[in-house]
Amino acid sequence: MQPSDLSAVDLVNAVRQGDLTAVRCTEAYLDRIAALDGSINAFLSVDREGSLRTAASIDERRKAGKPIGPLAGLPVAVKDALCTTDQPTTCASKMLAGFRPPYDAEVVARLRAADAVIVGKTNMDEFAMGGSNENSAFGPVHNPWDLARTPGGSSGGSAAAVAADMAPVAIGSDTGGSIRQPAGLCGITGLKPTYGRVSRRGLVAFASSLDQIGPMARSAADCALILSSIAGHDPGDATSLDAPVPSYTADLERPLEGVRIGRVAAHFGAGVDPEVAHAVEEAFAAFRAAGAIIKEIDLPHADAGVATYYLVAPCEASSNLARYDGAHYGHRAEPGKTSGGFESALVEMYCRSRAEGFGPEVKRRIMLGTYALSAGYYDAYYAKALRVRRLIRQDYLDAFAEVDLIGGPVSATAAFKLGEKTGDPLSMYLVDLYTVGTNLAGVGGISFPCGFTKSGLPIGFQLQGPALAEQLLLRAADRYQHLTDWHLRRPAIAAQRC
Amino acid sequence: MALSKNDVAKVGLLARLALSDAELDTMTRELSSIVGFVGQLEKIDTSAVEPLAHPLDTQNVFREDVPRPSLSTAEALQSSPRHDGECFLVPAVLGDTGSA
Repeated sequence: MQPSDLSAVDLVNAVRQGDLTAVRCTEAYLDRIAALDGSINAFLSVDREGSLRTAASIDERRKAGKPIGPLAGLPVAVKDALCTTDQPTTCASKMLAGFRPPYDAEVVARLRAADAVIVGKTNMDEFAMGGSNENSAFGPVHNPWDLARTPGGSSGGSAAAVAADMAPVAIGSDTGGSIRQPAGLCGITGLKPTYGRVSRRGLVAFASSLDQIGPMARSAADCALILSSIAGHDPGDATSLDAPVPSYTADLERPLEGVRIGRVAAHFGAGVDPEVAHAVEEAFAAFRAAGAIIKEIDLPHADAGVATYYLVAPCEASSNLARYDGAHYGHRAEPGKTSGGFESALVEMYCRSRAEGFGPEVKRRIMLGTYALSAGYYDAYYAKALRVRRLIRQDYLDAFAEVDLIGGPVSATAAFKLGEKTGDPLSMYLVDLYTVGTNLAGVGGISFPCGFTKSGLPIGFQLQGPALAEQLLLRAADRYQHLTDWHLRRPAIAAQRC
Repeated sequence: MALSKNDVAKVGLLARLALSDAELDTMTRELSSIVGFVGQLEKIDTSAVEPLAHPLDTQNVFREDVPRPSLSTAEALQSSPRHDGECFLVPAVLGDTGSA
């Protein structure tokens, strides 16, 4: 049995019991990365030496009878949007090429404290802006199920790494679907926790009122294991919730009898691929068979979600990304060849550094946000979007008075071809239709595979829950995964022995 | 709603992004299309709705004002493109001459 055949839960048990060393486990995954990532491009950096050193120290401690952490020896791939002192942190941007943060993100610190082994940093859309990973300055990620297709985004590298068994678990971040959509398109499980459940300190900021870090893994049980180590209050993030952290693993096996799951008819409108609609309906049937009650509900403002999101997120991004000024860290344009027209050398340095450092989608969003926040447009666009955001959140509050969870598709289609939507930014934005509401409302969501298209591409199912309902989200997904085996299927590329 | 190339050039300066003439053309077309799309929100009646800036009902968060360790000067400067060991160095803030 290879380490890559085991779940994360089994891997940590095997290391704890001495059946597998942390070094052997880490090495097995590093070897898979070396063999497979040339054709997938899921990693922006891999820390072979450092991760083997960490693994060796865990093995020594275990042998000496000293305590080891709950994730001891578990290889974890971390999205390159989280700061790591010992590996570069680029956010897949030329702006941060080679950047070494002076501190670890809180989630990274918690993973290290739990004795996880951070094997590398994963590719993503630049500054987490995109739904296909094609906005990375370091080349797109290829979907392990079909290398000509997108893995989704923005946490596409994390999703592809898990799907191709290059890491048993990965960390992603989700601002409008960036964990759930790539998880869906790559056939893995991804959880976007409630806003504030996991500290954002050290996550490179995109849209601060929407960003949330979460686990991505093969199964809900593995996600529960990771969430138990990374969730919880952090005084270093004033928006993190000071609420007790329950055991996310203990409650998984409780049956779903009587759990009410909402179904939204509008989720099955004209734009949905019939194969996706069919697989999602089958999943509802499976939940019904497991004892859940399926109830029709309505989210009246769901149609306005994408428009609201593409005002709120770019406005926050235009403010957050103002920090890339060429002075404190990041890319700085060389002085010289003055094009003129700037009020000072300083303004010229700002404008040229940012023009050289940011890619087209990041520029587009900064421009859109700056426009929507500028004098004369603020009320019509930004303030208007914040009002609609309240209506969207109220829809969720009303729905959760009637049901415990809301089910539906993650995306309207399975993975699309690389290059298919790059010519039209707006068509790419519409990909986020089913996922942005969760972030706007600040609640949680999980996506997991519920079938495959005839051409062999994974189809994702999404459950959304009220604030701090992570236990129920994970339990419902875990119960489903005990009835089905979609999450156990592997792309042909992952079956390769390395 | 259509934006003019001039509008986009102004926003570019506000955003501190130098845009080439070709980029201005593309950006004008794309932003007009996106602004047209997000403009659909105006059809929703929000006259009785307060803006929502934060998704959860968190109140002000206070902490004791106690000293704690922070980054050293060297750590804070470690990733700066130009510094002199104590300060970040930048080009002239006023006028159009000199650059650091």
